[in-house]
Amino acid sequence: MALLDIENVNVAYGDVQVLFDLNISVHEGEVVSIIGGNGAGKSTMLKTISALMQSSSGSIMFDGKPMHNLPPEEVVNHGLVHVPEGRRLFSLMSVRDNLLAGAHNKKAYAVREKTLEEVYTMFPRLEERQDQAAMTLSGGEQQMVAIGRGLMACPKLLMLDEPSLGLAPILIAEIFRTIRAIADKGLTVMLVEQDVKHSLSLSDRGYVLEHGRAAMEGAANDLLDSPYIREAYLGI
Amino acid sequence: MDLVFIAQDCINGVLMGLIYGLVALGLTLIFGVLKVINFAHGSFLMVGMYVAYWAVTLSGLHPYLALVIIVPAMFLFGYWIQNLLIRPIFIAEKNVREPITVIIVTTGLWYVLDNLALLVFGPDYRALAPNPLKGQMLEFGEIFISVPKLYGAIATLATAGGLYLFLQRTRLGRAVRATSLDREAASLMGIGQWKIFNIAFGIGTAVAGISGAVLTPFYNVYPTVGIPFDIKSFVIVVLGGLGSIWGALVGGVIVGLIESVGPNFMASTWTEGIVYALFLLVLFVKPSGLFGQKQDW
Ligand SMILES: Nc1ncnc2c1ncn2[C@@H]1O[C@H](COP(=O)(O)OP(=O)(O)OP(=O)(O)O)[C@@H](O)[C@H]1O
Ligand SMILES: [Mg+2]
Repeated sequence: MALLDIENVNVAYGDVQVLFDLNISVHEGEVVSIIGGNGAGKSTMLKTISALMQSSSGSIMFDGKPMHNLPPEEVVNHGLVHVPEGRRLFSLMSVRDNLLAGAHNKKAYAVREKTLEEVYTMFPRLEERQDQAAMTLSGGEQQMVAIGRGLMACPKLLMLDEPSLGLAPILIAEIFRTIRAIADKGLTVMLVEQDVKHSLSLSDRGYVLEHGRAAMEGAANDLLDSPYIREAYLGI
Repeated sequence: MDLVFIAQDCINGVLMGLIYGLVALGLTLIFGVLKVINFAHGSFLMVGMYVAYWAVTLSGLHPYLALVIIVPAMFLFGYWIQNLLIRPIFIAEKNVREPITVIIVTTGLWYVLDNLALLVFGPDYRALAPNPLKGQMLEFGEIFISVPKLYGAIATLATAGGLYLFLQRTRLGRAVRATSLDREAASLMGIGQWKIFNIAFGIGTAVAGISGAVLTPFYNVYPTVGIPFDIKSFVIVVLGGLGSIWGALVGGVIVGLIESVGPNFMASTWTEGIVYALFLLVLFVKPSGLFGQKQDW
């Protein structure tokens, strides 16, 4: 059984349906990319998994338990953690307080000092800036805080929504390296991205989302080699 | 004009201003988290004063000792008001960031509470009894300091300091700040919005309870006692910056000083005009207030 199982999920904003009979699964230890253009429904999918949005039908099972009837704050308790698009840091709070706020759930709070140390080891720059307000950081540093804050919640599955958004190419490479390093420690990752090349090259599997439907799925390497992906997403 | 009088008025102004700041503190805290003005805040103060009045009358405790009853009682009152009355509106208008209907409901609550008090307790002005602080003064040469107001000012500083430490140093305080900055992101971190709203409302109401205990030793209790404080609180939180703890205290002191020192130089009806002129000036020049953070709420 998969760690995360999304079955026949339909989601709408009012009258406008955005996700159609979506089926996606993520196995333990995998890195899965969800790629797709603007407005394909990638963020909507993540918001539905983390219960910020309600699906109109379908089921979302995590670790064998249904998530689709829980409020977002309880989904986190199960280890399903969503790092939202655009970072969404607590702007006036210090870097350290942002990270600690991530460790709000009881299990994570008990080990917060240890996790904080791990995050600082991964992002030494954040330790240097721990007392600075989050809004004063550069875009790359803010993304590090966003990922670090997600890690502070002690996830079993970390869902990242466009971590490369708005970053310079050199920082993008660094962020993707970090994500790979996080996965190498054994954490399961679901990576939503428009940077198809980078994200597929560090993933095990991938899904292509188009107009709210899973248009393709497969091993990341196969997707990278597929003529359709090469033409539509990589422009080769 | 005698300098001693001015000094006396300054001291009175600062003490009373801090107490105004205490009342405003509850309002600013609730706004900081929920982003809606609680128009019933003056009525919460009125409830706090009656709770203090009855706690002291029935138990014979010193009004400051009675805080052990008043604070939890008022916290639960605010917690449940938010949970039962205000939360459903937020849920019904969950796509509206600052639902205007919440303002309408809190205004309704103001009328209901004030009239309930009138119904239950009658229109009488009630003075605290037993009142161990009654009329007590400290004398420094020609200057007199009212003991109940001095205690009130100290209670204000202690409450503000306590709130500050709570918000900065504790897990729950951090969660409250996170929710006030970004509810949705906070919920993604496992911080439940509604629980935090309940708690913030509870704390704001408990602060109104502390204000009640502080005021009753020198201020009579009656059903509409909240109204003058309510209006001052709005002015104060705008002066100091909505959502700012220290802004509420500074705003309170500014209003207190204008009220008490001003009449030396003009007819006292003018001082109120100056307070409102300052209020408008701040709104025009620096709408985020003296201590408010310039940011998207
Ligand atoms: N709050 C909303 N109300 C109405 N429609 C929305 C809302 N948010 C998104 N949509 C619509 O839903 C569709 C999918 O949006 P979504 O944000 O999930 O796309 P996305 O794949 O994440 O795109 P991007 O890569 O640009 O972030 C879009 O057509 C969008 O216009
Ligand atoms: Mg998106």
